[in-house]
Amino acid sequence: MSDAARLLVELGAVVLGLGVLGRFAGRVGLSPVPLYLLAGLAFGTGGLVPLDAPEEFIEAGADVGVVLLLLVLGLEYTAGELVTNLRRQAPVGVLDLLLNGLPGAAFALLLGWGPTAAVAMFGVTAISSSGIVSKVLTDLGRLGNRETPAVLGVLVLEDLAMAGYLPVLTALVAASGGASAAASIAVALGVLALVLVVALRHGHVLDRAIGTGSDEVLLLSVLGLALLVAGGAEAVHVSAAVGAFLLGIALSGELVERLRPLLGPLRDLFAAVFFVFAGLSIDPNDLPAVLLPALGLAAVGVLTKVATGWVAGRRAGVGPAGRLRAGAALVPRGEFSLIIAGLVGGAVVPEFGATVAAYVLVLAVFGPLAPRLADPLARRLAVRAAERTAQQRAAP
Amino acid sequence: MEVEETRLPGIGLRHDLVTASGRRIGVVSQSTGARHVVLYDEVDPDAAAATVELTAEEADAVAELLGAPRITERLSRLREQVSGLATEGVPILPGSPYVGATLGDTALRTRTGASVVAVLRAGEAIASPRPDFRFQAGDRLIVVGTADGVARVRDLLRSP
Repeated sequence: MSDAARLLVELGAVVLGLGVLGRFAGRVGLSPVPLYLLAGLAFGTGGLVPLDAPEEFIEAGADVGVVLLLLVLGLEYTAGELVTNLRRQAPVGVLDLLLNGLPGAAFALLLGWGPTAAVAMFGVTAISSSGIVSKVLTDLGRLGNRETPAVLGVLVLEDLAMAGYLPVLTALVAASGGASAAASIAVALGVLALVLVVALRHGHVLDRAIGTGSDEVLLLSVLGLALLVAGGAEAVHVSAAVGAFLLGIALSGELVERLRPLLGPLRDLFAAVFFVFAGLSIDPNDLPAVLLPALGLAAVGVLTKVATGWVAGRRAGVGPAGRLRAGAALVPRGEFSLIIAGLVGGAVVPEFGATVAAYVLVLAVFGPLAPRLADPLARRLAVRAAERTAQQRAAP
Repeated sequence: MEVEETRLPGIGLRHDLVTASGRRIGVVSQSTGARHVVLYDEVDPDAAAATVELTAEEADAVAELLGAPRITERLSRLREQVSGLATEGVPILPGSPYVGATLGDTALRTRTGASVVAVLRAGEAIASPRPDFRFQAGDRLIVVGTADGVARVRDLLRSP
């Protein structure tokens, strides 16, 4: 077989396989993310059916996947919305990050992985998967629930925190000495602040500049711009993901309505490639050794997210049942944890990637089930709360 | 009755209210245009017991079913609430030069300062008629404006 033929056949088999997996996931009510990850593990070195030809191709696709994932996420928010949320929900956001991030950092330090790995594990355990959480809320018909704004508020703050966190991590990984690390963090955060201010004040200029022309022209110019911004951000250690996210925030208004159907399918394709690549880059033989620690960390991660949701729900004036549901909804971790693992790569300890993969596998499978598992308990809490109110009303 | 508005970041808006009978109902408006009608649980008022997704077209149809007959009622209340604001039903009589003309043709708002907020036709109310709305004989226009403005609309529509 010629090289071109081999590339097409292998790539086709991978993408078709993902289609089959996605259909299966939809049928049994799972998120497809862990299945894509497993597919990547099977195709990688030491896996069941190692592929050779398209790995470079898939790596490039994975980079584009990260850019598209974050660009589309940014499109969902306006800069004003982010600022309002930050003002109203900041205490919950800080609690969320500390409560969920510190166990990860402690885990890395206990295993003697060093400070950079501790910062990375902080992010891996702290940030829920916005993609999985909002999909689960939609699928379960919970968009109207009164705890849902609290859940979404936490996700928004995590995304925003991530925009500050990834540059710090990128700079830490890139820099070797202590002094140069501090310098690159300062540069990264400076650029970040600049972009955020420009997006807030002058986003509409961008809208007008690229908002004209056919859908095709719009798609090409936005995609090109996103890749340029992401590449530029990566070059100054702000990280490509953050560049794309900020561009998405800067774009607003009618343009977003037109872009959503254009970018959606593209995002789905390249995001799937990203998850496969995250699996590809890990040797499945490394997994058994890290499975037990990852499971323990995941168990802690479930409890801390439930606690976060409980507090966020109470602040929003929701009853005990809703508080529990909010916590259970926040459990899934996914794309962000894998983006962090991809950023760090082998820069810290070799078992880092495998541990994160196992952690995400566990929580991306269990996460979407958590709200359903919590339901009977939530029901009991609701009944008890209703009885208590009735008693109070009956008492003179 | 109080309608509560809540932002759903990345999704849209939610409006909800508690009815006189104690049930909570809500509407989730997604930025994509889809609407969800939400009925809340009786025991747990924070949880959606049933959610129905409506397309933009279906949502319009439901809104019309619920809203149209209440417009005249709301207008009469408005008249009581706001002093200096007049409301009047002005008929388009058979043989009037305005039969077959559009609302835009009449340039009523520019000429009198009063607005046509609804048209009653065959017992039904057509809310917020657009400029291309075409009048028929027997239509009754609900006009809101200053007493002076409303009187001028009446005079204009009666004289050719």
